[in-house]
Amino acid sequence: MSTLYEKLGGEAAVNAAVDVFYRHVLSDDRINYWFDGIDMERQAAKQKAFMTMAFGGPNSYTGDDMRKAHAHLVEKGLNDSHFDAVAENLSKSLQELAVPQESIDEVLAIVETTRDDVLGRMPAGA
Amino acid sequence: MPAITLESQRFELESGESVLAGLERHGVEMPSSCRSGVCHTCMLRAVSGTVPPQSQSTLKEAQRRQGLFLSCCCVPEADLEAARCEDALQQIDATVTERDWLSESVVRLRMQCDPLPDYEAGQFMNVVFPDGAIRSYSLASVPGHDAFLEFQIALLKGGKASTWARDAAQAGSSVRLMGPLGSCVYLGGAPERPLLLAGTGTGLAPLYGILRAALADGHQGPIHLFHGSLRREGLYLVDELRALEAAHDNLQYHPGILHGEAEEGIATEALDALIATRLPSLKDYRVYLCGAPEFVQMMQRKAFIAGASLQDIHADAFLPAAQPKD
Ligand SMILES: Cc1cc2nc3c(=O)[nH]c(=O)nc-3n(C[C@H](O)[C@H](O)[C@H](O)COP(=O)(O)OP(=O)(O)OC[C@H]3O[C@@H](n4cnc5c(N)ncnc54)[C@H](O)[C@@H]3O)c2cc1C
Ligand code: FES
Repeated sequence: MSTLYEKLGGEAAVNAAVDVFYRHVLSDDRINYWFDGIDMERQAAKQKAFMTMAFGGPNSYTGDDMRKAHAHLVEKGLNDSHFDAVAENLSKSLQELAVPQESIDEVLAIVETTRDDVLGRMPAGA
Repeated sequence: MPAITLESQRFELESGESVLAGLERHGVEMPSSCRSGVCHTCMLRAVSGTVPPQSQSTLKEAQRRQGLFLSCCCVPEADLEAARCEDALQQIDATVTERDWLSESVVRLRMQCDPLPDYEAGQFMNVVFPDGAIRSYSLASVPGHDAFLEFQIALLKGGKASTWARDAAQAGSSVRLMGPLGSCVYLGGAPERPLLLAGTGTGLAPLYGILRAALADGHQGPIHLFHGSLRREGLYLVDELRALEAAHDNLQYHPGILHGEAEEGIATEALDALIATRLPSLKDYRVYLCGAPEFVQMMQRKAFIAGASLQDIHADAFLPAAQPKD
């Protein structure tokens, strides 16, 4: 049985999706100010790592990395509304790339598992 | 905290400190210039231990395999042993052959050396001063076409290289150069692709090389060159660029200034706004951005949002040489 990552098309699909997704994020006034003054090339590499993770592909992200990477943003007010906006842009991008809704739902479910780490909270029920 | 061992001497690093900053704090003499991973002057070779990927991200694959890394952006997680590697950077002696004023504040230096180094249009070289100071300057010449190396140097008040270019350099002066370096270069192989070249100030230097390399290569697709400056005096090579525009149907030259009287053929508008008006979509464009770091960074983002693909945006931010610990 092929994994979600293989079904979506592996690294080539990630590369195509990063461009579309990151362009949406940077054009979205609800969240793009979080990326002000950020080095585009370095950020693109991070977006690629994020996308690989969201596609269920081989990735080296741990919950702890997520926490550390976003801690300074949480301090400045990063919250659920921003997380939701990113997920929405991701969903919109995958729709544009004609990914089947069923796979989009799987991707969004994976992204959802990172919410507490990204926003620096204890997981619900812990 | 991790420690760095250089030439058998061990130095403790502070938390989050780069190898370069740590060595300097311990009084070790280290060459450096940009302190941002661009100029390669602070390069060392890892003898044992691992270096973070960030410290090798602008190096070539072969250099990475040799363990070379840039000490200014190397914050190691564990102990590291390194060696100096001056021989890994090509140094050549050149002679100034011509010095001209391109504007009130830009000097053009042409240099000769035998043989001319192999380089690609758009690369830069480091000028190494006798006291060890280093400044990066882009090549405006075209390899295989111009029989000299050309640099276009903005004269900054009190600047070290600026003062040299203004007062000391003259035909016959000798100069030590390191390089060529950099990957914001003319890429052939796609003669139909549209090109956007945009730069502020002496950001025109590498673009002038890239533009003429593209034309010499028989580039067919549209080429748009945007050159921005605060004032009219800051625009240079205007006549040369207009002549090129007249000679090539696919080339459009768009000069723009921020302040000053409107003048035929020169826009009075910020360069990013001018680009957005004249080229609303950058889909399929190869984009080259050079000059003031603020402009380059902003325009990278705008070009991407306007449809250019990430891997098609090439940029050289003209970072000033930084002082240690600033
Ligand atoms: C890859 C690369 C390519 C470059 N190519 C070119 C080129 O082709 N032509 C060119 O003219 N420059 C170019 N530069 C920029 C040039 O290397 C620096 O501006 C250099 O520091 C100027 O040297 P200087 O010795 O005259 O001034 P410095 O002695 O370095 O600086 C003197 C003072 O001026 C300040 N300063 C430096 N740069 C600026 C600036 N841009 N605006 C305002 N203040 C400043 C410094 O902070 C310092 O206070 C390039 C830089 C890089 C990284
Ligand atoms: S690359 Fe380290 S000082 Fe320039």
